Amino acid sequence: MGELTSLTLKAALDGLKAKTFSSVEITQAHVDAVAKSKALNAYILETPERALQMAAAADARIARGEAGLLEGAPLGIKDLFCTESFRTTAASKILGDFKPTYESTVTANLWRDGAVMLGKLNLDEFAMGSANETSAFGPVTNPWRAAGSNQSLTPGGSSGGSAAAVAADLCLGATATDTGGSIRQPAAFTGTVGIKPTYGRCSRWGIVAFASSLDQAGPIAKTVEDAAILLRSMSGHDVKDSTSLPVDVPDFASFVGKSVKGLRIGVPKEYRVDGMPAEIEALWAQGIAWLKEAGCEIVDVSLPHTKYALPTYYIVAPAEASSNLARYDGMRYGLRAEGKTLADVYQNTRGAGFGDEVKRRILIGAYVLSAGYYDAYYLKAQKVRRRIADDFKAAFEKCDALLTPATPSAAFPIGQKDVDPVTMYLNDVFTVTANLAGVPAMSIPAGLDKDGLPLGLQLIGRTLDEGTLFSLGGALEKAADFRAKPKAWWAS
Amino acid sequence: MAIDAATVRKVALLARLSESEERLEPLARELNGIMTWIDMLDEVDVEGVEPMASAVDLKLPMREDVVTEGGDPAKVLANAPSSKDNFFVVPKVVE
Repeated sequence: MGELTSLTLKAALDGLKAKTFSSVEITQAHVDAVAKSKALNAYILETPERALQMAAAADARIARGEAGLLEGAPLGIKDLFCTESFRTTAASKILGDFKPTYESTVTANLWRDGAVMLGKLNLDEFAMGSANETSAFGPVTNPWRAAGSNQSLTPGGSSGGSAAAVAADLCLGATATDTGGSIRQPAAFTGTVGIKPTYGRCSRWGIVAFASSLDQAGPIAKTVEDAAILLRSMSGHDVKDSTSLPVDVPDFASFVGKSVKGLRIGVPKEYRVDGMPAEIEALWAQGIAWLKEAGCEIVDVSLPHTKYALPTYYIVAPAEASSNLARYDGMRYGLRAEGKTLADVYQNTRGAGFGDEVKRRILIGAYVLSAGYYDAYYLKAQKVRRRIADDFKAAFEKCDALLTPATPSAAFPIGQKDVDPVTMYLNDVFTVTANLAGVPAMSIPAGLDKDGLPLGLQLIGRTLDEGTLFSLGGALEKAADFRAKPKAWWAS
Repeated sequence: MAIDAATVRKVALLARLSESEERLEPLARELNGIMTWIDMLDEVDVEGVEPMASAVDLKLPMREDVVTEGGDPAKVLANAPSSKDNFFVVPKVVE
């Protein structure tokens, strides 16, 4: 059985249960791998002592026959989830050395089920970005490189640390969050599986807020089955989040491997965008062929308001962010800069603590919410959002799930797109619609481009129908037989 | 409705963000670029459409109006930049 770090979560859980190896052994193997991976900058806080302590406790529970669903499995946590007494930064200077006195519901659920925390993963500052370049801790480097090249590529964002850590075997799986594509785009760029569940599946309590009507947690994992196992533990109703859905959590993994025969797959014509590389087009066609072979019926559908999704998002998300981030005033926690008056202290604290992209979005948000512009921008965007959600409702009368590309390109070089904000925003063109509508969507690695870089396909499902996505994702995974791994050039 | 440096200055003040004078012009250009792109929403007919504020069709849940947590000032103050005698210490607000 090769290295313990190269196991899938499922294989690791089976090995732990069979006592083939202990949690301390597999955790130590990951701790060592993480310590050697500085070149990737995936972790911004390593917690090896905590990890080994949790692993020892997990081994004791396994010995007593009390193993939970994730007992002994070492995971990485996006540094947007509050972890009690462990620094939580949102990759921003404004939170300083913030050590939460409480645990986010999602991570508490993971620890309840026996998981082990390896550390906190890098991300775009406040999850605002698509290349992990806005982090106050510096960018994450993608473990993947183009064939014959040493150029550093982005792992995508905002969950760039989560995706890179999973792809580089620096954890068995990771938590992530997705406001406009922040789980699915990095998953696609790193050959990993990522699912943004239905809005309300996972509690937002204890997750640093960006845009509350869009933010949703989900896993990034090595396989579709691993993602299903993680999502089951992460999900569940929580009275501390008023938008948490009071519904039962299915055993998502039981859907993986189920026949997809007879399912109707919608192919939305609006996702064929100008300038889409031929390879993405070909991959999409291949995905359609795979699902047809698996017995699905392919249906042409239309989501006419697709092109308005990103502009809508760039009103709604900054508006909510400018409101959410008003709490960083330097009074109760985080950074406080000095100033002559109270107003000076506020302005200097926020001026020094927030990075450029966060400031840009706060300014847009404050602008679209300001007197005289609210109706023209914010209210208008909320109405277009309804149109976008209605497009999905109409499409799902004709089909059971949608198949689209996950991203308009493969991973690009770090620094390439930071010249113009709108160019960077266009990365989320295929993913942002699911956030606006609140429906679940999953990215599955489906192939390599001509340079040997991973490409992903996206499945979008009905509200609360993650099960169908796991069945279809499993079918695509099996057909694509994606086994490529990045060469471990970073291991020092 | 182009955004100029004066507008950026005003919005930055509303958002309590200090921006240096030399950043105002470049920011105005960036924001103009973004807002011009956003203006394509004007093409969409939203006559009679109900604004969508939430991604879930859920009535806001109510609970008993009772204290569920509290009484732990040490926890509340644990991350305070400055505190004294179980209070946050903040800059003087009244002359």
